[in-house]
Amino acid sequence: MFSWDLLANAVVAGLLLGGFYAAVSLGIGLVFGLLDIANIAQPAFLILGAYATYVMNESFGFDPILSGILFTPVFYLIGAAVYRIYYSSFERRGEESLRGLVFFFGILFILEVSLSLKFGVDYRLVQAGYIGKSIEFAGVGIAFRYLIPCVVGLAMTGALYLFLGRTFYGRAIMAVSQDQGALRLMGANPVHIKTIAFGVGIAAASLAGALLITISPVVPSTDRDYIGRMFAITVLGGMGSIGGTLVAAVLLGVTESLMSTFAGPSWSQAVSFGILLLVLAVRPAGLFGR
Amino acid sequence: MKLFGKQPMIWGLIGAIAISVVLAGAGAFTARAADPIKIGFGMALTGGLSANGKPALLAMQIWKDAINKKGGLLGRPVELVFYDDQTNPATVPGIYSKLLDVDKVHLVVSGYGTNLIAPLMPIAMERKLTVLGIFGLANNEKYHYPNYFQISPTGPDPATSTATGFFELAAKQTPKPQTVALVGADAEYPQTALVGARELIKRYGFKTVYDKTYPPSTADFTPIVRAIKATNPEIVFVASYPPDSVGMLRAAHEVSLQPKLFGGGMVGLQFTTIMASMGPMLNGIVNYDYWVPEPTMMFPGIQEFFKEYQPRAAKEGVDTLGYYLPPYAYAAMQVLGQAVETTKGLDQQKIADYIRATEFNTIVGKIKFGKDGEWAKGRTLMVQYQKVQGNNIEQFRGPGKKPVLYPEELKSGTIIYPYSAALK
Repeated sequence: MFSWDLLANAVVAGLLLGGFYAAVSLGIGLVFGLLDIANIAQPAFLILGAYATYVMNESFGFDPILSGILFTPVFYLIGAAVYRIYYSSFERRGEESLRGLVFFFGILFILEVSLSLKFGVDYRLVQAGYIGKSIEFAGVGIAFRYLIPCVVGLAMTGALYLFLGRTFYGRAIMAVSQDQGALRLMGANPVHIKTIAFGVGIAAASLAGALLITISPVVPSTDRDYIGRMFAITVLGGMGSIGGTLVAAVLLGVTESLMSTFAGPSWSQAVSFGILLLVLAVRPAGLFGR
Repeated sequence: MKLFGKQPMIWGLIGAIAISVVLAGAGAFTARAADPIKIGFGMALTGGLSANGKPALLAMQIWKDAINKKGGLLGRPVELVFYDDQTNPATVPGIYSKLLDVDKVHLVVSGYGTNLIAPLMPIAMERKLTVLGIFGLANNEKYHYPNYFQISPTGPDPATSTATGFFELAAKQTPKPQTVALVGADAEYPQTALVGARELIKRYGFKTVYDKTYPPSTADFTPIVRAIKATNPEIVFVASYPPDSVGMLRAAHEVSLQPKLFGGGMVGLQFTTIMASMGPMLNGIVNYDYWVPEPTMMFPGIQEFFKEYQPRAAKEGVDTLGYYLPPYAYAAMQVLGQAVETTKGLDQQKIADYIRATEFNTIVGKIKFGKDGEWAKGRTLMVQYQKVQGNNIEQFRGPGKKPVLYPEELKSGTIIYPYSAALK
């Protein structure tokens, strides 16, 4: 069944999927990879972002991507508030390991149940003129439903990369991930910096939620499909490496797409996670981890 | 004098005691009569199957309200005792143990779906319970437990039921299409449906050119649809769950996959929110269904049921139209209710014997149970989405958008063939 046409299409579809996976994983890369906080509630914020987008699209006809962008400040504040509670209840007392994990599990569960109570359990979709349409270049089809999330994902990656590398707060976040004590000696408050980082991570998840609902329908429990994928991409890319997250996401996307096209879709995720295990065996810190 | 003086007192005392005893007895009797008949079940109110579990629960509550308004069963009110099984089969044994041992329910029905019925079967068999199953696919195929009855109209051969009408329609087209692509999720229902489809492909002499499955959490269906397109099939049979059905259909439009016949076993395309969102993208799809608002499907009581169901569903945020599962969940309760009333008791065996021997008139039509507790004769519909315009849900309330193509006795429209003709 092999043909160059199929191969080109599979690679392009994989690249597009990878861009979306990167958007989904950036937040957890920041929170888990840099701050070392095992926020297992991150996928719940992804779904919360998807529902916020759904409400704006359904009630006011807002474009899903625009809605996602508009909601990022709100989710930043939510993220900052969640971190403050986490800090004062667990991290400050040195009880962040197991109890902190339970705290985030609780948030995940509460958000899921709240969404079920508010919106019911029907599948929710959004409408946009570009959903279901595609363009073709030299025999390669590109679906807008994946192209736009990919572009947004790449933009998010670039913005976060620049933020972390070029701004004061970004550098402070990098510093807090390496040595909190040294940062304190420099006169910066690590808690304040981590609050900002956590807020940015949750805002990124909410925007990724807007991309998710553009691609496929969601129910409150859709978050469970993404927990494994988000953490796997972060670990594969190397904890705390934004560029690594993008490379890992694209690697997983292209692998899934190639396997789906040529070997059978059943193999796609098994092979993707096989690659993860192989990379970790050779480079335990991930592709770009230090 | 003393004697005469005392007698009235003694007789008065005896009388008072007798009256007290009678009244106390009557009181006890009244209390017993007013004790509710408890019907217990677990239901998927959260988790993956809750989009169907909640509407099923609502339908059962509507039946309970209606029956209680008429005075209940055997003169006693009916109470539903239910717990959220979280769409997790592991919770089912615990839920039913609590229902039977702690809540002391008199009767049980199953939760929604094959995976949630499977763990109930050993409990039912061990305790000799009569069980009404809500949309289980072939749960009793291996056990042959005589007191299990299943309400979806899949019939005596559940594996082939979803695909039978689809391939029968394909075989009737001129010229007869030859090649088939099969695709489905790596999960229980799609796997069973695919097994049935393979059997029917052999029976009708089609040739399989693609036969693959995909993991349930697949995010992008474009590569799969493109691989199917590369094999140039005339028929594409899909056995999928709701998010996959949407993904598959969108990808088919993006990749311009246009076989002559497309659909089959796509779960979710029957749900209100998905129908509204997908709109014209549904046109041409030939898919299984259980109830549609066509003239041939208007059984006694069904319109009254929807009059009650739809406003309550809108309030509770569950499937607004409710054509897929709710009427059948209601019908299951009708069957159980009639069995209790006619056998005049709560004896599990008598109830089961009655259900096995009786043809029931329900809001989904006549039901007679046969082998393994399935419908004696299958009635899975094959409908085609036709002339769907825009995303207005109101268009699906009347006939014409999903005419029944199969079975012949319920047929209400004609197939638009090939698929591409329905897209114009």
